[in-house]
Amino acid sequence: MLNTAILIVSGILCVALILNLWRLLRGPDLSDRILALDTMYINSIALILLYGMHMGTNLYFESALLIAMLGFVSTVALCKYLLRGDIIE
Amino acid sequence: MNFWVELLITILLLIGGIFVLVGSIGLIRLPDFYTRLHAPTKATTVGMGGILIASMVMMTNNQGYLSLHELLITLFLLITAPITAHMLAKTALHHENRALRRTRSQHLMECAREQQPPKPADHD
Repeated sequence: MLNTAILIVSGILCVALILNLWRLLRGPDLSDRILALDTMYINSIALILLYGMHMGTNLYFESALLIAMLGFVSTVALCKYLLRGDIIE
Repeated sequence: MNFWVELLITILLLIGGIFVLVGSIGLIRLPDFYTRLHAPTKATTVGMGGILIASMVMMTNNQGYLSLHELLITLFLLITAPITAHMLAKTALHHENRALRRTRSQHLMECAREQQPPKPADHD
């Protein structure tokens, strides 16, 4: 039952990632694209955690934490660049 | 693995997956940026929360001792989601993204763009 559930949820997450990719490619504005990227990294964290659950190891947890931190910093840096024209003034 | 533990993990995973999908569908379907900003927050909080708690239950069950470090990611996402939303909304205001015509109090966007407090007569 658990393996089936993990497979189904992985499929759902892949569909969600494709929808985000559509918004990333199409988004009429730059802020739409940044929002799509932000959602994409959160969904990929979920996908990595599911892979770790499937393999039954704790190894993938660190990579998920790293992606969470780097994704947040990159989103804030992109927003800062669009707001001020510079990242560190 | 115990049947009930497996059932609990499955339910948590399915709740998380459905909320992530709902967030992405909202990102596609909603009409303007300010409403679109609202949808992926569900994916961040409830969706990721469900998947991370499922992972926590499974690791605790597998290893035999309490595994709490998945809570780190949940906590980090819960702290950073409002900051990201705030920065994105400020960016959209600064770039003068069009809002829907039926958005209420649109005259306040001018003051917000200039980072000024609203004038007393502007309140609805």
